[in-house]
Amino acid sequence: MSSEYEPKVLMFTCNWCSYAAADLAGTSRMKTPHNIRIVRVMCSGRVDPQFIIEAFAQGADGVIVSGCHPGDCHYMEGNYKALRRMLLLRKLLGQLGIEPERLRLEWISASEARKFVEITTDTAEKLRKLGPLKPRLDYVRKIMEEVVK
Amino acid sequence: MSPKVRVALYWLASCGGCEESQVDAISDKIDIISNLEIVFWPVAMDFKKEDVEKLPDESIDVAIINGGVRFKEHVEMVKLLRRKSKIVIAYGSCASWGGIPGLANLYDINEVLSKVYSEVPTLQEKGVMPRPKSVTNEGMEIELTEVLPMLLPLDAVIDVDYYIPGCPPTPETFLKALETLLSGNLPPRKSVIGASTRALCEECPLNKTKPDKVLIKEIRRIYNTKIDPSKCLLVQGIPCLGPVTRGGCNAKCPRVGSPCIGCYGPLDKHIDYGAKAISFIASILDLNDENEIKKALDNGIPDPAGLIYKFTLPASRLKVNLKRGEHK
Repeated sequence: MSSEYEPKVLMFTCNWCSYAAADLAGTSRMKTPHNIRIVRVMCSGRVDPQFIIEAFAQGADGVIVSGCHPGDCHYMEGNYKALRRMLLLRKLLGQLGIEPERLRLEWISASEARKFVEITTDTAEKLRKLGPLKPRLDYVRKIMEEVVK
Repeated sequence: MSPKVRVALYWLASCGGCEESQVDAISDKIDIISNLEIVFWPVAMDFKKEDVEKLPDESIDVAIINGGVRFKEHVEMVKLLRRKSKIVIAYGSCASWGGIPGLANLYDINEVLSKVYSEVPTLQEKGVMPRPKSVTNEGMEIELTEVLPMLLPLDAVIDVDYYIPGCPPTPETFLKALETLLSGNLPPRKSVIGASTRALCEECPLNKTKPDKVLIKEIRRIYNTKIDPSKCLLVQGIPCLGPVTRGGCNAKCPRVGSPCIGCYGPLDKHIDYGAKAISFIASILDLNDENEIKKALDNGIPDPAGLIYKFTLPASRLKVNLKRGEHK
């Protein structure tokens, strides 16, 4: 069972740096893990914590939010906002039974295709070790269904 | 004279505050009371479950239910009331989203029970757990309802037509909701009635002292902070939940220098109240260094779930601490 498990990772990349890095990795024919699903947003500061909670609730095993390096944000300070949000959200996720490691915040500039590959590969590897979230979600769903029955 | 409106009132896992607010609201409104015929109200009148069972289906005009669903008995009762009623209203935070008792969802039910029955100080014999079945001294076998593994809001079990928010809803909120219901001009189903559609800040008298952009260097807690009741609490570093909470209570708490704790719940467009609260708290914190942010969060918000899900955890997207039960 565990050998078949492949984590699903949702990744938010900012339009100006991280998405360009993903693009560069692709055009440079670098190998990225198939576990990553990318959503391009204009800025990491656009990523509402609701999106992340929703992702976990719908079965993502991990979420990566990535933006420009501190000081390089296209919108001046959107990535700092993302940093504060993710730090608080990680604390909350711990209380809700989701390992804080499942939410990752990374700075990847437009030229760092290699870093993009390293981070996505590493995330997939770590999540494989952590195991799936689905059984936990199913357990709650089962309780709720039994109650309503 | 038009026929009276037949009302059933019921309580689930609740503290009784909702009943207080209902009584406060209508005890001097003779014109409203004379329009109501109460067919079920266990807290104040002698009705039994059989009385409700005998009623024809959909013969109750409005069932007003408060409290969260905590026991099997609750599930049975609300299903019965749903069948017998035309309109079902979730009254108060507990019925709407789980409320404060919903924070028990952060723990496994066995942990909760052992905390309550064997750990907390008591004069009774410790460690006596509730048993579903027991025999009395007279040899009679009696049954006790079973506790559910998690607390659920009312709409997780039955269809709910309207919500009246608040912990408890203020009497003014209840009266407004009653006015809406009695007017016959019903709003779309599933909507929140009696409260505002805008954030609490809009009706807060301190709002005029709030600058366009609130920036704080430190998150403070009320137990060790001297609060100036004439100034917006956010500016003073207190995480007041006014910006993300539905208005309608007339800003009762911030008005007296106490932060909003979110009892009127999410606004219409929110998917997850707590995530929205995180978003705004992180936005007003004016720090950019990772370690400084961590320190500010650890000092100011030691218990994020207790702050931002105080009333809404069972209705949030994740609902519980997922690492419970067999996964512990």
